[in-house]
Amino acid sequence: MASTAEPDAMMAADGVPLKIRLRRAERMRKVWALALIAPLFVFLIVAFVFPILSLLTISVEDPEVNDALPRTAEAFREWDGQGFPPTETMVVFAEELAMADRGGFGRVSKRLNYDISGFRSMLKKTARAADDLAPLSPDAIHEGFIDIDSDWADPAYWLAVKRASVRYSDYYMLWAIDLRRDGTGEIVDVAEGRAIYVEVLIRTIEISFAVTVLCFVLGLPIAYLLATLPTRRSNLLLILVLLPFWTSLLVRTTSWLVLLQNEGLVNDTAIWLGLWNEPQELVRNRFGVYVAMVHILLPFMVLPMYSVMKGINPWHMRAAASLGAPGWKAFLKVYLPQCMPGVGAGTLLVFILSLGYYITPALVGGPEDQMISYWIAENMGRLANWGLGAALSAILLALTVVMFLVYNRFVGIDRLKVS
Amino acid sequence: MALPSYATPLDRAWYVGFRVICAAVFAFLIVPILVIIPLGFNSEPYFTYPMPGFSLRWYEEFFNSPQWLLGLRNSIIVGFFATLVATVLGTLAALGLNRAEYPGKPAILAVLISPIIVPIVITAAGMYYFYSRIGLTGSLAGLVFAHATIGVPFVVITVSATLAGFDNNLVRAGASLGASPVRVFFKVTMPLILPGVVSGALFAFITSWDELVIAIFLATTEEHTLPRRMWSGIRELLSPTIMAVATLLILTSIALMVTMELLRRRTERLRGISG
Repeated sequence: MASTAEPDAMMAADGVPLKIRLRRAERMRKVWALALIAPLFVFLIVAFVFPILSLLTISVEDPEVNDALPRTAEAFREWDGQGFPPTETMVVFAEELAMADRGGFGRVSKRLNYDISGFRSMLKKTARAADDLAPLSPDAIHEGFIDIDSDWADPAYWLAVKRASVRYSDYYMLWAIDLRRDGTGEIVDVAEGRAIYVEVLIRTIEISFAVTVLCFVLGLPIAYLLATLPTRRSNLLLILVLLPFWTSLLVRTTSWLVLLQNEGLVNDTAIWLGLWNEPQELVRNRFGVYVAMVHILLPFMVLPMYSVMKGINPWHMRAAASLGAPGWKAFLKVYLPQCMPGVGAGTLLVFILSLGYYITPALVGGPEDQMISYWIAENMGRLANWGLGAALSAILLALTVVMFLVYNRFVGIDRLKVS
Repeated sequence: MALPSYATPLDRAWYVGFRVICAAVFAFLIVPILVIIPLGFNSEPYFTYPMPGFSLRWYEEFFNSPQWLLGLRNSIIVGFFATLVATVLGTLAALGLNRAEYPGKPAILAVLISPIIVPIVITAAGMYYFYSRIGLTGSLAGLVFAHATIGVPFVVITVSATLAGFDNNLVRAGASLGASPVRVFFKVTMPLILPGVVSGALFAFITSWDELVIAIFLATTEEHTLPRRMWSGIRELLSPTIMAVATLLILTSIALMVTMELLRRRTERLRGISG
């Protein structure tokens, strides 16, 4: 054994070269380390990552026609989209409509109704008469369809079925940015009244940006004060930042709802002070959203700025003053540049958190103040349009991840502290 | 930051003005939380000051309402088990992260931290979609798993932070004296990292205790937690009972905050002695 090792290699007690023993021990450490991480890793993959990935996949799926009317879907895929589908395709369509189960049929008609409103009732009417339609000869089948509903003479309806016949499509992703494919497959804008999601996305970014700026403006003075006061007093004042930080978001939103209503404390006080005479609308509008969101997110701005400012040597400001700089100039030229890591961390964190806000705007905002999360929840819940909900989720997630990569680049993931 | 002796009158004016601004911002932070507490003791169902009288009727209503009590019970059960799962798995993972360097560690860390990065609506929607297919919606177990996932990053972060100041030679010393790795863990490592583990657990608990969006998606009436029940209440009719519940939630937050602060001071003291 010893002859294979280098002659002057150090040996462990059992005669194995120390190098090999060390390598073995290091390997064992790695195996142990991974074994400790494995339970949580597996848990998160199963309970968190996989559910989100499976949600994201439905944003590119278009399964309804395929699932309920499989032969129809296949036949429509083969049609080149010119004029009307071949009569054999129409026969298959009629046969499957007559046989379709209610659940599947409901989902198909809902899906087709997204494309052309009114399709649902038309399809229902057609399905009810489909038993009479199926036995018709191929030559008479189109006439049969038109007899049931004259809209079948319009190729647009047939093309809508064709577009819904592919299993994977960009249908919902396009819808999430107010686009759709027309009969020829060209990407065009959706109808005027339905184009809301680009506006929602812009609004989400706009609100997040405004909240971030307001948090910075309000957070800078108190972070500076906390960092420059003697520790005993700053610890006391810090409680005023930490208590809101620890208090439930729902409780704080409820407070603002109560405070800002027409008979609320803010209106009462303002009228008593003579600031205005009539109760003002302070809630269920953008103002209410800004007030409540800034209140909730301000600690996330103050705490990182404070921890950076605490490390800045106060003598720098005095040195600047001794060299003749006025206070404001010393602050801008000497102090603020040294705060930038804290400012960067605070602003990015507040912006990232704002992007996903749902509960607060839902309670203190009006219909025109709802952010993208609200529309994800609406589509996943009340509207039961999971494909669109998933597509909007994909957009929000992409935006968040990009912003987080910026955060990681400038601040570092390991600086993500919680208190 | 007392004013230096060379301050000009303008400096003095700014000094006072600056303090006034700070006081206003602090008031903005704290008043909304304090103002809600007395409203739960109002004798009339209004939200205006001055209050016509003092009464405990809304607290009575809370403790006599089967729905609110069910919410309280569910919140406690879900909070307890979610914290348990998050703390055990999170502490083990933090120990593993601290133990060795290996390729792919940043990617692993990213996965472990991701639940606090992904917007909560997406998490809730994904879980709703996936859990409904495996029959976990409409059960407390589903909520426990969901809340454990969003609480676990806090455990990983706080325990990792504690381990960063942990002297690994203590483990070697224990081993050299003949203790098994398990014994070393419970006798040496655990007592030293305990404050970090407890802070992480408190974070995980408050995360679950205050969580609403996942509960909106996953819970049926039977699994309503306190925040979920509150959400329905606010949307139907804003009653002082809700203010009473809000007060209870604020008190929980204060209790947790104080515990956390005491733990932090204890750790600082211990560090002070060892260093």
